[in-house]
Amino acid sequence: MKRHVSAIIDDEPLEFLCDDGQTLLDVLRDVLHKTGTKEGCGTGDCGACSVQLNGRLVCACLVLAAEAEGARVDTVEGIAAEGELHPLQRRFLEQAALQCGVCTPGFLVAAKALLERNNDPSEEEVRYWLAGNLCRCTGYDKIVRSVLDAAADLRGETA
Amino acid sequence: MSEEKKFRWVGTRPIRPDGIDKVTGRANYGADFALPGMLWGKVLRSPHAHARIVSIDTEKARTLEGVRAVITAQDLPDLFSEKARAQGGHHDMNDLAQNVMARGRVLYHGHALAAVAAVSSEIADRALGLIEVEYEPLPHVLDIEAATAEGGPLIHEDRVTQGVEASGPSNIAKRVEMGHGDTEEGFAEADIVIEREFTTSPVHQGYIEPHACLAQSASDGRTTLWCSSQGHFAMRDYTARLLGMDLSLLQVIPAEIGGGFGGKTTIYLEPLAVLLSRKAGRPVKMVMSREEVFRASGPVLGTRIKLKLGVRSDGVFTAGEATLHYEGGAFGGSSVMAGCMTVFAPYAFPHVRSIGYDVMVNKPKGAAYRAPGAPMAAFALETVVDEVAARLEVDPVDLRLRNAVKEGTLASFGPRYKRIGCVETLEALRDHPHYSAPLAANQGRGVALGFWFNAGLQSSAGVNLNPDGTVTVLSGNPDIGGSRASLAMMAAEEFGIHYDRVEVVVADTHSIGYTDVTGGSRVTFATGMAVIDAAAEVMRQLRERAAAVWEVDAEKVLWVDGEARLEGDDEREPLSLEKLARDAGRTGGPISGRAALTARGVGMGFGAHICDVEVDKETGRVEVVRYTAVQDAGRAIHPSYVEGQMQGGAVQGIGWALNEEYVFDADGKLENPGFLDYRIPVASDVPMIDTVIVEVPNPNHPYGVRGVGEVPIVPPIPAVVNAVHAATGVRYRDLPLSPPRVLKGMATPDAA
Amino acid sequence: MARVVLPQVLAERAGGATEHEVPGRSVRALLAALDERFPGLAEALSGKVAVAIDGEIHSDPLLEPVEEDSEVYFIPRVGGG
Repeated sequence: MKRHVSAIIDDEPLEFLCDDGQTLLDVLRDVLHKTGTKEGCGTGDCGACSVQLNGRLVCACLVLAAEAEGARVDTVEGIAAEGELHPLQRRFLEQAALQCGVCTPGFLVAAKALLERNNDPSEEEVRYWLAGNLCRCTGYDKIVRSVLDAAADLRGETA
Repeated sequence: MSEEKKFRWVGTRPIRPDGIDKVTGRANYGADFALPGMLWGKVLRSPHAHARIVSIDTEKARTLEGVRAVITAQDLPDLFSEKARAQGGHHDMNDLAQNVMARGRVLYHGHALAAVAAVSSEIADRALGLIEVEYEPLPHVLDIEAATAEGGPLIHEDRVTQGVEASGPSNIAKRVEMGHGDTEEGFAEADIVIEREFTTSPVHQGYIEPHACLAQSASDGRTTLWCSSQGHFAMRDYTARLLGMDLSLLQVIPAEIGGGFGGKTTIYLEPLAVLLSRKAGRPVKMVMSREEVFRASGPVLGTRIKLKLGVRSDGVFTAGEATLHYEGGAFGGSSVMAGCMTVFAPYAFPHVRSIGYDVMVNKPKGAAYRAPGAPMAAFALETVVDEVAARLEVDPVDLRLRNAVKEGTLASFGPRYKRIGCVETLEALRDHPHYSAPLAANQGRGVALGFWFNAGLQSSAGVNLNPDGTVTVLSGNPDIGGSRASLAMMAAEEFGIHYDRVEVVVADTHSIGYTDVTGGSRVTFATGMAVIDAAAEVMRQLRERAAAVWEVDAEKVLWVDGEARLEGDDEREPLSLEKLARDAGRTGGPISGRAALTARGVGMGFGAHICDVEVDKETGRVEVVRYTAVQDAGRAIHPSYVEGQMQGGAVQGIGWALNEEYVFDADGKLENPGFLDYRIPVASDVPMIDTVIVEVPNPNHPYGVRGVGEVPIVPPIPAVVNAVHAATGVRYRDLPLSPPRVLKGMATPDAA
Repeated sequence: MARVVLPQVLAERAGGATEHEVPGRSVRALLAALDERFPGLAEALSGKVAVAIDGEIHSDPLLEPVEEDSEVYFIPRVGGG
């Protein structure tokens, strides 16, 4: 027997059917075809599937789809509001903070969650907040700089 | 090429063409494709490191509701003749066939031996559990010592050692040797001779995207395969050859690739997905779990290197000798040859010799990993060089400069070097403020030098001029780190048009000519040359069209800054690219150019790194507190992506030095097949990675490009290890430098 | 005559020496001349080696020109990662 779930996903009211054991990640990717959220490990170790569940940063592979009932789910696909890039997305592009780009959706979601809590993080705070997101290409340098610069953008300190 | 030439795009930092898709989630990677009626494929893997397969009974799995196909090695064509084996490029096709599906015996824990396709991944998983396999376990060998022990178990009873006359059956797949001069004479001339032995543990490339593909096979054999790889032509060729298909019947559509580092230059799932699709008559999608990636894709395995260096008291190297044993996994094929070629490559030696052994062990078939074979060799050489500098009480960079190779030096691997930037790289490192910055308590600084060849190989490119004057570039190389940007920049530079007017498409195997893998640091170098040639062909046609319109000889028409101009006639209104494109239909038809080449003139690459560490003497934890990477890029087309290669390679190497290792139990089972226990560096583990791009242009490339992707992983291991020595006084010779090993070394410095 | 240097492992098949003076103005011509002198050597060299002609490495050459006084090293072929 499938379970019926209603949720607000990337600002859209959506309904889906899922098995009790199915993860939110599987539903996002395989049922709703929202493949912007990536799977790197399925065990909560890499952060590629980071989404916000009612504002809380989670790994979608560790959340049951049924837990999304009545919840708000925000993925990378909703970050660019009405086509306008978020400062994080803009900075990632300007600073070449992605190479292969498969970890990028998770980093953007995680960084956005950080900046919503703290719009003036130190480099160390950025590094520890993002320690749950693995990137094998960049060595993190340009990612961390992009997040710090996007924070300055959000504070209105840059042009 | 003139040094003074001013570039409009080369050397700038525009946004990559595929950037928006990759920050909004729109880019499709290997696992992001789906088709109506699609099935899920899964693989049954061996629970033994070495066993005979007595029987496989798939009946129960086959009859489970929802299962549409089950395959074993019996469904694959027979193995190849000796002659066909040779056609597999870098891979022996028989080994590849037996690696994707075990025949008769399983050779490592995780070896594939059956696969199923079902309507859901849950049912596919359940079906795997219903396949009944009877094994007869066989004795296994898990490391170099066991594999080379007299009278030990043989992995392949019929294999002899290549490169050794009259060898009996052996686990040593190959012996290689190279060098010049007479090392005995060289060591006799030395005032100091140091000989040391080193070991490294198996490590994985650690790309974040697991292997994934989707296959759709029609009843007439025509097949489409969507997959993430470093080269869709390689995927096509290997898959088609294993399945006995004509290459023209297999169209491979490249997905975006989520990291590869050499590990996605071969096939695992692809032929299985095609076979399952063929059998089921439905599209089949297969995605490895992270555990499968660790257990059954191709890591780089363990190594043991003995290295001897002879040095005169004035610091001149007189001789070098190294014996390298590299594990290649169950089929051999390690990177020991490249290890032998690179180990002494950064320095001039009158007498040098390296001997390599490719050792088979019951572990997964090793794959390429960024500068294959070189990081472990550099670990050995560069830590001994550091020891020599300490013994002679000379600056370690000065000692390296004293012996550094330059144009005309006889390379340890054979030929004489052409124009290279080894000396310039070392000088830039020495002059960097980091090199003379003060250190705090418990901190130490290490430096190291590294070398890698870069590959040329085959590339195709197309340039289509669109009716509005925009340009579409077709490339046959998956974009793994921003190469769409570098190719677009070179095209824009050639045409003299705005970068935003150029779009780059990674074309599938039906739509562009054959192109070798995105690997060997070659795309911006080699495929870049093909793009430049294709652009030149388009500009030739444009000049002809302008000549026809003006009714003059084509030689009289120049192409300058995106428009045709009549030589010596400043009055004549130039013909813009836009106008020529718009009128193309009336002046002779659409304008496009193609180019295909085997790239010549690779520019060899050198990098030198400075690493500062702080060692916690209570816990043994090593923290990298400052890091600078210097590298000769020839010319950086897009400096941000060159820096990105340097930074990413440095951190990958730091992980290799400090954390990463496969841990096998006595039965050959991998105990840490996940990112929790196989710990790659995270953001809080590392500092910013400073970069210095040195530009000694490669005279053989129109823009002076040298490959940059692989060199950055060569120096980090010895840079870290030398820094730890500076902080602790201990010379560590076994990787990784995990806290327990560091503590043990400090407690018993001589044993480390 | 080009100066040809063979891999150490093939010395035994080439009269015990790695260095040879060989006539020919292309890689193919050098291979043919070597094979005439040491039957089977061309086969042993084909498809597995790169060739460095005056320091420039070619991964799988056949028709590549060779100068009268070129230094030609047959070396192992290395791909990359």
